Amino acid sequence: MMAAIILVVSLVTLMMFFVSYCRSLMASSASHALSEEVRDVTGIRSPASGRDFTKVMQLLQLCPERPADRMGLRAVQIYYSFLGAAQSTISRMAPAFRSWSENERAGCAYFVAVVLDKRISLSREMLAQQSES
Amino acid sequence: MPGSVELFIWYLGTAFELAFVVCSIARKSFFNYFFLNLYMLLTVLADVARWLVLEKYGQKSDQYMYSYYYTDALLTVVLYVVLISLFSRVFGELRFAKHMRLAAVALLLGTAGFSYAVVAQSEPRLTGSVFAYELSQNLYFVGIVLTYLLWAAVLKLRETRTRLVQIVLSLGVYFSLYAATYALYNVAPQYGEVIHATGAIGCLLPLAWCITIMRYSEDSRLAPAQLLAVPR
Repeated sequence: MMAAIILVVSLVTLMMFFVSYCRSLMASSASHALSEEVRDVTGIRSPASGRDFTKVMQLLQLCPERPADRMGLRAVQIYYSFLGAAQSTISRMAPAFRSWSENERAGCAYFVAVVLDKRISLSREMLAQQSES
Repeated sequence: MPGSVELFIWYLGTAFELAFVVCSIARKSFFNYFFLNLYMLLTVLADVARWLVLEKYGQKSDQYMYSYYYTDALLTVVLYVVLISLFSRVFGELRFAKHMRLAAVALLLGTAGFSYAVVAQSEPRLTGSVFAYELSQNLYFVGIVLTYLLWAAVLKLRETRTRLVQIVLSLGVYFSLYAATYALYNVAPQYGEVIHATGAIGCLLPLAWCITIMRYSEDSRLAPAQLLAVPR
């Protein structure tokens, strides 16, 4: 009985901490202004939309990876999928949830666009270094 | 000997633990986060000690069992100290910071006493490793509750330090995952294989802390309002 209570409480807190962790990742990239180039390529205008996420993820595959991004990116991807699953179930019972989750998905899209921006900058730097040498 | 996947996860975890200490030194944050670094160094030492015992006596031996559960219990106590150090950082110079530390020590002793009572009641022959296992499991749960309180304090006091916020949140994810794994193991022993996931979970904490230390400087700030799931 005690173990079952601990299991339920742990799963609830896991969900809460995971969501907050993803939100803190997204909040730390919210102040980053996207370059005009990334806005053109991704079609993201302010504010971003949740639908941009898949497109930006596809573009990310084309750029060299930055190891520091990997875990944050993975966490936000899981969060985005979780929001998608929750949207298709909970929003039927609570319509207000739809607009909240849409905002969150837009935040995820903006986060990956910032990662894309950083990867493009890194590629540029690497190319510049190569041409110098 | 454990399988090659388990060994790989073990080595990976140890590499992440060492990487965190190296990153802290490289970013001149070793003493700023002294207890976090101390915990990681002790974890590496525990890994080495376990590995030596494993090599000498084998995985099924009593010696390995003792070394595993005792070092695990000791590391959990040190992680509890890490949590208290984070409390001290969040509460800073508030008057009740000293009382809070005393309460934390009392809670630790209370948890140890409770674990002893549980084991003494259910086990006819009390063994140290059973007590160590019970203590670890209970401390993980106490850790979740304390991390939850710390997170509530972070939001209430409008804490803005990005590093501190992310360190607290990754600790919360880690404690929750560990406690859920132990609890699932107790609730449904037929899924006993789930206990092997603890190795992979152990990699997450040093990795998340490494990324936090490397990505953000001590001066990085967050807007507290952006952390709330429901805006006030």
